[in-house]
Amino acid sequence: MSDGSAAPSTPGPGGFRIVGQRAPRPDAADKVFGLTRYADDFSMGGMLHAKVVRSPRPSARIVRIDSTKAEAVPGVRCVLTARDVPHNVLFSDVPGQTTTVGPLRARTQVLAEEVVRFLGEPVALVAAETEEAAEEGARRVTVEYADLPGVFDPETAMRPDAPRLEPTGNVISRWKIRKGDVEAGFREADVVVERSYRTPFVDHAFIEPEAGVAWLDENGVITIRVATQVIEHFRDVANVLGLPHSRVRIIAPYIGGGFGGKEDVTVEVFLGLLVWKTTRPIRLCYSREESIISPTKRHPFIMRYKHGARRDGTLVAVEVELISDAGAYAYLSPLTLLYGMVHAAGPYRIPHVKVDGVSVLTNNPPTSAFRGFGSAQPAFAYESQMDELARALGLDPLAVRERNYLRKGERLASGQELETAVWLPETARRAWDALGPPRAPSAPGKRVGRGIASALTSYGRIVWLHDWASAWVELQMDGTVLVRTGVPDIGGGQAASLVQITAELLGVPQSDIAIHIGDSALTPLAGTTTATRQLYMSGSAVHKAASELRATLITQAADLLAASPDAVELADGAAVLRDAPDRQVAFRELAVACARAHRPRSAFAIYQAPAGQVMDFETGQGKVFPDFTFGSQAADVEVDEATGEVAVLALAACYDVGRAINLNSVEGQMEGGAAMGLGYALLEEDRVAEGVTLTPNLMTYLIPTALDVPDVTTIVLESGEGMGPWGARGIGEPAMVPTAPAIANAVRDAVGVRLTRLPITPERLWRAMQDARPS
Amino acid sequence: MRSIELMVNGTRVRTTVEPHETLLGVLRQRLAATEVKSGCERGDCGACAVLLDGRAINSCLALAVQADGRAVTTVRGLGTPETPHPLQTAFIELGAAQCGICIPGMLVTLYAALQAHPDPSRQEIREAIGGNLCRCTGYHKIVDAALAAARRLLESRPAGAPS
Repeated sequence: MSDGSAAPSTPGPGGFRIVGQRAPRPDAADKVFGLTRYADDFSMGGMLHAKVVRSPRPSARIVRIDSTKAEAVPGVRCVLTARDVPHNVLFSDVPGQTTTVGPLRARTQVLAEEVVRFLGEPVALVAAETEEAAEEGARRVTVEYADLPGVFDPETAMRPDAPRLEPTGNVISRWKIRKGDVEAGFREADVVVERSYRTPFVDHAFIEPEAGVAWLDENGVITIRVATQVIEHFRDVANVLGLPHSRVRIIAPYIGGGFGGKEDVTVEVFLGLLVWKTTRPIRLCYSREESIISPTKRHPFIMRYKHGARRDGTLVAVEVELISDAGAYAYLSPLTLLYGMVHAAGPYRIPHVKVDGVSVLTNNPPTSAFRGFGSAQPAFAYESQMDELARALGLDPLAVRERNYLRKGERLASGQELETAVWLPETARRAWDALGPPRAPSAPGKRVGRGIASALTSYGRIVWLHDWASAWVELQMDGTVLVRTGVPDIGGGQAASLVQITAELLGVPQSDIAIHIGDSALTPLAGTTTATRQLYMSGSAVHKAASELRATLITQAADLLAASPDAVELADGAAVLRDAPDRQVAFRELAVACARAHRPRSAFAIYQAPAGQVMDFETGQGKVFPDFTFGSQAADVEVDEATGEVAVLALAACYDVGRAINLNSVEGQMEGGAAMGLGYALLEEDRVAEGVTLTPNLMTYLIPTALDVPDVTTIVLESGEGMGPWGARGIGEPAMVPTAPAIANAVRDAVGVRLTRLPITPERLWRAMQDARPS
Repeated sequence: MRSIELMVNGTRVRTTVEPHETLLGVLRQRLAATEVKSGCERGDCGACAVLLDGRAINSCLALAVQADGRAVTTVRGLGTPETPHPLQTAFIELGAAQCGICIPGMLVTLYAALQAHPDPSRQEIREAIGGNLCRCTGYHKIVDAALAAARRLLESRPAGAPS
């Protein structure tokens, strides 16, 4: 398949035994029988309980901290403030990053030292024999504050007279992308659509709050068992403590949801500090309120879009300005904005492009990684724009998109060539058609509408950061297989897919494969479960290791069977002669034979992603990502004219996932991504007023329930052209990106009103409908 | 402190609790029933749901002393790997669990719902789990699995048995 012109009717090269099946996940049984021990389901003898003392103010100088009353609380064993932290700074580098890029480097203090910059900022830690004593101790840490002027929106924060969070100013990064000449482009345009869009703070709202237990092991290693997407944070904890990296170990058990919220350091550095200070085991679990008010959120973006198109719908120019609210500390904001920049023009061919982006510190909660990572916000804007362009031209929204979709071999505005299949027209048409005939309103006073949105979303880490993953696969003496790799499994089936890949290559049933994951001391490092990179990266590492082991086993079996290696295949836990299946060696015997012949029964492999040069920051030109996933979603909505309430009647999602390793997991991402996107469209907003979060629980911060989400029709296409094993692409993040614009476009279709601000709450929509009425 | 007696998954246990301790806290901290999850501690998420005398409740909103002398069923009381409940089998087969943290509460809630309404529609299943938040799945495969389990239970019930 060379471009989007031909329909993907066949699934590509087949012949798989296990890949592509709806194989039950190995982790599923423990989860449904209540046997999985998550981060907070673990305890140790003599364990202390920790609490974080947080700033009640968004911007203040710390005048004095007095912990004597806290230390006097019975049961309190330790109170720590910034003075007790050996190196009170955390750098938000990409773990293992090899290229120092100025704007990407950001620092955060572990505990607030002289000033607090947001409400909820950690100021002190208390550890006590019971959770109640820790809470009491935390209440009795006396902190005297002197309020400082704060700044609570990024546009004000950019003014020269605004209160400064950093001496160098509040702007922490500026990016630009330049292609062609937008002024010339707009002169060619028959129609220009110009609008501003806004998106809110969003909470990850995983059902498992940030949590962990840590202890000092028998070798003096600080061991932290924690809900994290990044076991490589052992380095950050060691740096804070001034210890060699080998003295800190991080273990990630199965995680109760991540979505980017367990990507930056959360509780692990606090646990490390308290273990180092007390030598006792420590438990720290955030309350839901702490989880909402303090750790990082999705960035609010202000986005100004101006599109120009010819009469026939051909796009000629786009000018974009992105402003992201970084909150009180940079975290990954510069990177998130860079992602937004590269995705800003969407999956469209536009000759003249100008994108400017700025990320700005404020005294709001800090913002950082969240599924979509800066690409979800622009998608809401550019897909709303595509619909408005179509309306301005009197054209069909789908037809306008089809005219402008990028094709394989073409380039993004940043110059990056799309090197793999780009099946955008198929995904859009299939998602649209899946909704079926138009619906009729269910009652008088209701209006129905239909919307579509497409997106490209990167998977894999930025190419100049030299990403790699490693894995180890062994044939054990009992004939079963063991996989070791440092992947944190956040619920997407990360471990299960690796088992499936191993089973496919070694011809063993999945039930004969065990996998050890997520331990920085004992499993080969595989990098972060972020950036939709694990199937691509650790999948490739496991594929490589299992392939090496496969070759060894075939050679050994060929020796035993006195046959050519070409004649041997591995199936059902044995090496079999293809043309004489009665001649075979069971894996158990093969393991013994390998040992006797001094052949390794194991293989370790490192997969290194293709690397590239750092982009040109002046023009924003260069290859940034390994590859992209392309997909579309369509939505049917019904709006109640009297209340402005939107019901999503149907959602359809279609993606080219390259190769579905586990169809259940792929569909699960698409269904769950659409549900999260529905929340983004209609429900979710961390309401922050003058730095105060007004939605500190799940009664006021609303995520979709089973009654808000319809069944999601999923259509999985497989071009076989992704960068992962057997051509797989990533689907985790892409799955949520087009949902909100598809729903916003459906609402526009239903009621004739364009909402440019998320979420589309009943009140906002009702007001907009009132305003649009002829007076 | 007060002494209370609970029947947890069919086993009689006696423990002493403070009057203000929640059932959730006692189950997790005193009785090692960590299969009961804690998501919000204020009744918003449903992760801590258990059956109290067969009725699904949020254990974070019940005091432990209120459960004195009563039967508490957690997800481990529904079935085991050796003797799985059809709900558990269906959840595994249909891929209804992703991160899994909501699943213990989801399963006991569905168990109670199927006891009350053995032949539910998709919408009735959605209503039954309307108080159980899941951030991963979008609920689609959870509803699929609940329906599949309901069908299996109906088929296995002797003809003429009361519903």
